[in-house]
Amino acid sequence: MSQRSRRRVTAAARDRAEIFAALGDETRLLLVAKLCSGQLHSISELTVGSKLTRQAITKHLRVLQRAGIVHGVRAGREKRFEFDPEPMQEIKQYLDIVSEQWDQALARLKSFVED
Amino acid sequence: MNDRIEKRIELKASVSRVWQALTDYREFGEWFRVKLDGAFVAGEVSRGQITYPGYEHLKWEAVVQKMEAERLFSFTWHPYAIDPKVDYSKEPQTLVEFKLEKTATGTLLLLSESGFDKIPAGRRMEAFRMNDGGWTQQMKNIERHVTEKP
Repeated sequence: MSQRSRRRVTAAARDRAEIFAALGDETRLLLVAKLCSGQLHSISELTVGSKLTRQAITKHLRVLQRAGIVHGVRAGREKRFEFDPEPMQEIKQYLDIVSEQWDQALARLKSFVED
Repeated sequence: MNDRIEKRIELKASVSRVWQALTDYREFGEWFRVKLDGAFVAGEVSRGQITYPGYEHLKWEAVVQKMEAERLFSFTWHPYAIDPKVDYSKEPQTLVEFKLEKTATGTLLLLSESGFDKIPAGRRMEAFRMNDGGWTQQMKNIERHVTEKP
């Protein structure tokens, strides 16, 4: 079930702006850093060491889930969260392409002004 | 994570030479591979036709932002506006900036393109398609080059 719902979320169109916005917050970046370890974490584990309440952490996790960066997985009665690197990799790939195009254009400019 | 692209390149040419290559619309068109309708004017729309092999059906459109002589040239545009049937005018634009600095040997050119966080996700896939086509074309160019000049 979790695999299937995960694929559905992955397949859904996501806005790049949503991903950037999700990561543009210190608390959420810290949550992502914790989840990056590859292990599943419960809300209690993610609340440890934070000044924020469980409710506040839950709210931040929801933002990350909407952006597709984090998935919730039900394990018995508890919900655990895991990190999904795919949306961030997609953005990186996109910027790599644009970057490559600029490299080519600037190389043409270089030979244009230096010849 | 960064939402901008930054490049720096040393050019063995004077600042005024580089400035001309960037802001004279005919010279810009030669290296950028676009045939522009007319001169760049700050605050005005620049239009033209892409001449990059394989993309000649595409129009070029940008809004010139700043032209500070021999220092800063910038424009906004729609990155990867590659489908002629789509009206991109309502979509957010990215900002392209060329900054020039004099060096001992010539000119340091700093390029940045920013604002990618506002570009919708669907466009990402178009970029992949364009890139694929671009590389296919590049491979053909190389092939032709080596077969003509073995």
